[in-house]
Amino acid sequence: MPVLEGKELRIVGFLCNWCSYGGADTAGVARAGQPTDLRVIRVPCTGRVDPLFIVKALLEGADGVLVSGCHPRDCHYSVGNFYARRRLEVVREFLPVIGIDPRRFAYTWVSASEGQRWQEVVQKFTAEIHDLGPAPRLEDAKPLLRLADMALTSLHPLGTGEKAALAELKEAIKQKLPELDFVIGWQEGYDAAHTVPLFMKTPEDVDKLVWGPLNVNNPAVYLPQFKGKKVGIVVKGCDSRSIAELLQEKLINREDVTIFSIPCEGVLDMARVNTELGRYTKIDSVTMDEASVTITADGTEHRFCMTECAQGKCYGCTTPGAVIADQRFGTPVEVTPAAHTPPELAMLDAMSLEERMGFWKAQMERCLRCYACRNACPMCVCRDYCISDSREPHWMSQGESARDKLFFQTIHALHLAGRCTGCGECQRACPVGIPILALRQQIARAVGKLFGGYQSGINPEAIPPLLTYAVEEPHIHERDW
Amino acid sequence: MSKIRFVASDGLPGLAASLAKGGRRVLVPVEKPAASKPSVVFAPYEPGVKMTLAKATVPPKEAVLPECETLMTFQKSRDPADLNQTTLALTAVEEGVPTVVFACRPCDARGFAALDKPFLEGLYADPYYKARREKLTVASLTCATGCETCFCHWVGGGPTSPIGSDVLITEIEGGYVLQAMTPKGEELLEASGLPDGADKFPLAEAARKAAWASLVPAPDLTAARESLKAMFEDTAFWEAETARCLSCGACTYFCPTCYCFNITDEGEPQSPCGGRRLRSWDNCMSSLYTREASGHNPRPEKYQRMRNRVSHKFWTYPENWGPYLCSGCGRCITNCPVCLDIRAIVLDAVAAAKGKV
Ligand code: SF4
Ligand code: SF4
Ligand code: SF4
Ligand code: SF4
Ligand code: SF4
Repeated sequence: MPVLEGKELRIVGFLCNWCSYGGADTAGVARAGQPTDLRVIRVPCTGRVDPLFIVKALLEGADGVLVSGCHPRDCHYSVGNFYARRRLEVVREFLPVIGIDPRRFAYTWVSASEGQRWQEVVQKFTAEIHDLGPAPRLEDAKPLLRLADMALTSLHPLGTGEKAALAELKEAIKQKLPELDFVIGWQEGYDAAHTVPLFMKTPEDVDKLVWGPLNVNNPAVYLPQFKGKKVGIVVKGCDSRSIAELLQEKLINREDVTIFSIPCEGVLDMARVNTELGRYTKIDSVTMDEASVTITADGTEHRFCMTECAQGKCYGCTTPGAVIADQRFGTPVEVTPAAHTPPELAMLDAMSLEERMGFWKAQMERCLRCYACRNACPMCVCRDYCISDSREPHWMSQGESARDKLFFQTIHALHLAGRCTGCGECQRACPVGIPILALRQQIARAVGKLFGGYQSGINPEAIPPLLTYAVEEPHIHERDW
Repeated sequence: MSKIRFVASDGLPGLAASLAKGGRRVLVPVEKPAASKPSVVFAPYEPGVKMTLAKATVPPKEAVLPECETLMTFQKSRDPADLNQTTLALTAVEEGVPTVVFACRPCDARGFAALDKPFLEGLYADPYYKARREKLTVASLTCATGCETCFCHWVGGGPTSPIGSDVLITEIEGGYVLQAMTPKGEELLEASGLPDGADKFPLAEAARKAAWASLVPAPDLTAARESLKAMFEDTAFWEAETARCLSCGACTYFCPTCYCFNITDEGEPQSPCGGRRLRSWDNCMSSLYTREASGHNPRPEKYQRMRNRVSHKFWTYPENWGPYLCSGCGRCITNCPVCLDIRAIVLDAVAAAKGKV
């Protein structure tokens, strides 16, 4: 390597054992000249290429990554490359949101006999990477902090649910309670301005149930651990999407869960509420009218208008009513569908790649890796066995670099690809307010684009797109070499 | 007696700047704007840094116990004359730059006092901690009022408590009174070049009194230790208290008194970069914390982990060292994704154990 120091760039190739590795060998035997920037890692199948291999290589200093496997329909394991194609397309759509040029990653199919094709691919890709030059490093990025514009219009009326059928709901829960182990809902937390999850076992517990824009927690997060128990759950629309997705993945049984639903009019962005309230010793009162919540703390009134202070996710919400429920109460909220880009994602869209890298660097620097984001996610099912904690393989350093922390967010976001329902709990849970939801939203947008408008957690019968494949992908346009 | 100094309202950043001269690392609270939640973290003072006096989201614990530190580096090399001979070279990394934690709160300062016991007063003093601690000066801003989630006065501290502080800074009209509480604090004030403020001290005393007056009276926790002991085997109690916990690390990583750590070797000793031994924060709320090499886990359930955390803070640490391992800062409540309230658990334990202790 030292001979070519300065001339060579670092390109990592993941080649499947059966076709492309053979193809590279054929090229070698035929003495087909190739640039030497590529470092080959042999894998059993492109299906073995975890998208994280690609991001990890790029974050740790690779200038380009090439994945190559058997041609579609030629996979040694029949369908490994069909699954791979979906994942690789998703990861390519993901890279720009963290500031990595997607042209630094490519995949292709080369068979064992196509020595000449291999030569062409390597020459072409290497030339492209040389045109791009050495990859910018996160370590060198100029930190940038920017705020998302939260002045938004919503797809459905936002309010406080003041007229919600809470009394009816409580009555219904009490009736059903004897058949259930417990019912999950919300109760007042350490003061009247904050609510927390509630586990109702007795009718007295049911009396503690509250409804309204303070109910930020997603109760679906608790369901998988109770698989096999009879559990009731009160949901907002977005919570019900988590349940639908859990059903899609068979992480819970439909017959074990009883779903109670009230149409949702939005929840408050507690981060902004807490900032506005500041330091106080006592909440005097919390009152609601149809459009706003008024919190009086230490004698000072603070009015939070729902159209101004709802969570980012609520503005683009198309499912205020539950997508799946056993008992419904109240009048449905009307939705006017329209194109909508979530606020943090819109902010990132408006940035250059360089700015995005600087943005994430500045944001991730204060991450403490508390993993509240991970554990608050209803779809994060490995939890106690997360690969970020694994020592063998040692995916993540214990060192506290922004790069490793961003890599963890990549792990979470990519593991949620096609599964994340956009409930926003990850971001809400983050004690230091890192807008990590945008990473998931970028993937959700890519999934919609690549898989015919697919949205997760809508249809409990649907198979999540990355858990299946199509031989002909109508929405994926592979690159011609 | 010149342990009291005065600085005008706009003078604190200037003071931080002057302290930062001469190679001192001055950690000041800085607000980080984010998407929607501004968070306050401690960062080294440098010109242009916009410091705030708000209570920090993340306590300044990193001044003595960083999130991750390198304890030593190691490298294996072969003797070129006899390739069977390898030598392992170990290089200890000792740190400890003179540091001032500036404008933290009394609960943060109390955190340092709590960490001192296990790290300095046990059978062995931890050399890494010691090196940093000896070079640390803590200047705390006393709180003007109580706060809904703060309970420093329940656990032996208070909004103006001097425990762990070398200097107490109290806001009065027109400025701040700085009072040295220790010789280190005196040295710091001596070097500050600020005018004497003894004449303004009564105003500071009045402000401190007013802070105490704003507090909601504290419940009696004297039975906490015995109560937690009595409730230890009551699984149903702990399960109910922990039902909504998500087993993340927010409560421990944002706590000024939590001190558990993990040790990991990374890198390749044979490579030119060598290997390094890292010490990083650990978190008793995670299942991994107690998982053993065999796969056995003595605390597989979250209720067991919560029981450990609360018992350590309010029973076993006090049994070993005296004070509670909690300064009542409330960060574990406000930063918890489900607002789990440690105060409520302790009070519930006291109530449930009535008659048993
Ligand atoms: S996203 Fe929709 S269902 Fe969820 S809280 Fe907001 S408005 Fe309600
Ligand atoms: S919740 Fe925030 S601070 Fe904690 S690990 Fe996630 S991003 Fe980092
Ligand atoms: S990744 Fe975030 S938004 Fe997506 S399901 Fe998990 S918590 Fe919800
Ligand atoms: S921060 Fe809250 S949810 Fe997370 S482990 Fe602590 S108590 Fe449980
Ligand atoms: S246990 Fe909670 S209240 Fe006590 S010092 Fe730690 S974070 Fe603060």
